[in-house]
Amino acid sequence: MKILRRFLIRLSNFVTQRRADQRLRDEIAEHLAFQTEENMRAGMSPTEARRQAALKFGAAEAISELHHAEQSIPFIENLFFDLRYAVRILVKSPGFSFIAIATIALGIGATTAIFSVIDATLLHPLPFPHPAELVRVEDDLPGVGAHGVGVSVPEWRDLESSGIFQSVAITGTGANVNLTGSAQPLRLNFKQVTPNYFAVLGVDAQLGRTFNPSDTTPGYNLEVVISDGLWRREFGADPHILGKALRLDNDDYHVVGVMPRGFRDQGSTSDEQNTELWLGAGFAGLPFYPPQRGIRLRSRAVIARLKPGLSIAAAQGRLDALVDALKKQYPAEYPAQTAWTVRLISLSESVVASVRQSLILLFGAVALVLLISCVNVANLLLARASVRGREIAVRQALGAQRTRLIRQLLTESMLLFLLGGVAGLAILFCAGPLLLRLVPESLPHVNDISVNWGVLAFALAVSVAAGTIFGLAPAWLMSRVDLIGTLRQEGRGSSGSFKRSRARQILVISELALSLVLMVAAGLLLRSFWHLFKVQPGFNPDRVMAIQTWLPGPNDPTKDIYRTATQESVLLREILRRSRSLPGVEEVAAGDGTALPLGHSRPSPLPLIREGIEAMDNQAPVIDSPIVSPEYFHLLAIPLDRGRFFNNQDLENTPQVAVINEAAAREYWPNQDPLGKRVRLSLDARELSSSATPAWTTIVGVIADAHTESLADAAIPQIYRSVYQHPAKSLAIFLRGQVDPSTISAQMRQQIQSVDPELPVFLAETLDDVLASSLSVRRFSMELIALFAATALLLAGLGIYGTISYVVNEQRREIAIRLALGAQRGTILNIILRRGLGLAAAGAGLGVAGALIVSHLMAGLLYGVSPNDLPTFAGVTFVLTAVALAASYIPALRAMRLDPITTLHSE
Amino acid sequence: MKDKPDVLQGTLTLMVLKTLDVLGQQHGWGIARRIEQISGDLLAVNQGSLYPLLLKLEHEGSIASEWGASDNNRRARFYRLTAAGRKQLQAETREWEQTAAIIARFFKVKAEDLT
Repeated sequence: MKILRRFLIRLSNFVTQRRADQRLRDEIAEHLAFQTEENMRAGMSPTEARRQAALKFGAAEAISELHHAEQSIPFIENLFFDLRYAVRILVKSPGFSFIAIATIALGIGATTAIFSVIDATLLHPLPFPHPAELVRVEDDLPGVGAHGVGVSVPEWRDLESSGIFQSVAITGTGANVNLTGSAQPLRLNFKQVTPNYFAVLGVDAQLGRTFNPSDTTPGYNLEVVISDGLWRREFGADPHILGKALRLDNDDYHVVGVMPRGFRDQGSTSDEQNTELWLGAGFAGLPFYPPQRGIRLRSRAVIARLKPGLSIAAAQGRLDALVDALKKQYPAEYPAQTAWTVRLISLSESVVASVRQSLILLFGAVALVLLISCVNVANLLLARASVRGREIAVRQALGAQRTRLIRQLLTESMLLFLLGGVAGLAILFCAGPLLLRLVPESLPHVNDISVNWGVLAFALAVSVAAGTIFGLAPAWLMSRVDLIGTLRQEGRGSSGSFKRSRARQILVISELALSLVLMVAAGLLLRSFWHLFKVQPGFNPDRVMAIQTWLPGPNDPTKDIYRTATQESVLLREILRRSRSLPGVEEVAAGDGTALPLGHSRPSPLPLIREGIEAMDNQAPVIDSPIVSPEYFHLLAIPLDRGRFFNNQDLENTPQVAVINEAAAREYWPNQDPLGKRVRLSLDARELSSSATPAWTTIVGVIADAHTESLADAAIPQIYRSVYQHPAKSLAIFLRGQVDPSTISAQMRQQIQSVDPELPVFLAETLDDVLASSLSVRRFSMELIALFAATALLLAGLGIYGTISYVVNEQRREIAIRLALGAQRGTILNIILRRGLGLAAAGAGLGVAGALIVSHLMAGLLYGVSPNDLPTFAGVTFVLTAVALAASYIPALRAMRLDPITTLHSE
Repeated sequence: MKDKPDVLQGTLTLMVLKTLDVLGQQHGWGIARRIEQISGDLLAVNQGSLYPLLLKLEHEGSIASEWGASDNNRRARFYRLTAAGRKQLQAETREWEQTAAIIARFFKVKAEDLT
């Protein structure tokens, strides 16, 4: 209490600049008068009495200082004083200040930019209440190499009643639906969800309500919740929207609620996060299968809210016990060899897991840039020490304390770093929108990236920390000048700077080493990207466009006019015939969403039951199964290895046939001829009413592996089926030829809608674009790291240039004497260059060691290049050495051209 | 020559408070003089160092000060104890007595007492 009171009074004195000097002077005069009088009474002469009184009083100046310190807060006063002085010093050498501030701004700006991305993606909790309770539930069959196979409805009910969760919801992962009834049929992103979905997330509608969590309708409950965006865009924010019927895939749904403006659905793709419609469904009645343990809901996700206070690990333990119990109870449904397991992943983790490594790598890289720029500034500060050595020596000689000097110097560097931080933030604010365009769309939470308070605090903290760490060492070294030596030298530069010069060399070496690490990382990523870019995709994307449409699938299959392959083929053949007649089009083909190369982020593989090997879905490995028209392989130029392609005689009523790729042949029929083998693929929900068990499908052809799933991974097994035997709701029409991307959409819409006016036409894109965007996250991180590496190289070059210049400057007398005594100028050049080379070699050695560690850590991000890639390491080391030599060459040249006479005279 | 013992900051505070308690209102020199007299000139109080301490005590609210006229009609700044200061003095006196008593007991102990 007393301390607080004292502090507050002092603070107010400090702020109001109230001084007690006059009062103290009066009191001292007063005191001395009393004492003098007393002394005179004791018989001293007046002069002696005054002298004794003053002696007894003590050093008035020191007391006055103490008194002043008590009156105000000297720490802050000194800080202000130091700041004023620091500003004067910075203004006095604007060149130095500019370079230092710009370097720091670069480092802090870049770090803050990356941090804002990480803040939005990795650090921000999901925008739902108690986000830590939210988990994704994944079913795996590791025994047959199948992951994320989906849950079956009875299993979902087991989870609901397990006591581990508050509630468990099944949700689609984003699919198409047609909204018809207005001028143009619209294709919208929707999710079918169990009615408790919003209760699990813990969000409510802004208008109306969400689904009733205890609704148990087996199929669709014909209620729809719409997004705020759709509400505003399509319905003009109509406040009377509730109860309105929307015609979705030819069924009427009633709007029951509008989600709040900021609500974005969870999910790892932007498509999924941009869901605009939610339909409530029980997943247990038409158009879904009747609930059976063996029938898994593929391409559906399960999210759940844990009981409060239950950790994921604890819940996983209880879940494992539940799974074991179920396996014992239903041995037939869960064969031991499939090793069925259920995994809990935190929902936030499931959203960002795919980009975590890239982002952490980026952050590491940018932290290195920051480190290098700080080292550079520390180096600059040390360089200034030689200029300011005299000033500091004089101040020390006059009695300045060393701690006081360090504080002064630290204030200066802190001011530099804070100004740098502010400049960096200012640049970030101005360039923010531009930088955001570099960020790939596919990054989760991309819309949440912003410079918010957390990011500002981060920038401030980084500036202060960097200022302290990198200001302290130079301040320490600078305050340790050899007083007598420096003063005696009459400003010839300090000879007591050996420690400083060694410190600078260490700084430069570490700068070079850090840059080498960054450059190696960038080089490896660049080579990976180049490999991916140049990878023979196994298909020819050149001049191919894909345009998508969606065939409505009403809930009652008997009302579906495109229910059977025969029905659909009429439409499809007509669309293909009309497309072929468009100007510039040479070839056309069709396929479903899975057949779109690299276009779909979440394939939903089907269980592959091989004749004589597996008997049921739960035992079977899963495989990607695109549905294509016979022209597909020719259009994409995928070569046939064995057997035959589909032909126009493969129809619904002829034997079912399939084409597999090499990878599937290797994987499922090793050392056998797959031709003629028979398989069964799980039923598509839409084929439900046509037959109870799927017919055997015979493999008639094997095609070469193509990178249609992932550019980085060629050997993903695939089985293709003909669209004329298996109807597909999502259709992509492929066109090859000289088509104009800007008009083709309208032309195709006209053609398709003249066949069926209810069909939407959307997403016309060239396969080259699809290919490029499939690499966008890799491209983003590669480009940024290359940029960082270039910056690092530049900074390291500046660092070595500064150090060598300094060395030359320091030794110019020695050089001049050598020259005067007849040394060859070439020899001088050699000596200086060798210095630079020595630094570069030390830096490169350290850097290679560090780079080896880093490259192995980032091995997962590399493609087609080993972490020890010799050309990258050699090339980078060569570039670094060349830059170091070039940077040393300028000061070396200056040393060589030194005029001995002028130099020696001037000193 | 043996140095006179330095006065610890804490003891000086106690002395100032006690002086003001005994003498009532008093100016700086009066306090210094009094401390000197009582300590029998054994303590070397640098008289000037009293003033920062007085300011500190004033900031802490233990004493208050105002200008007034001294006995010989000179303008002087007079210090007096506040209620808070009185309480502080009581507390510190108690503490001091305790400490002194403990130390005194230590000095009384002889070697044979410990066996």
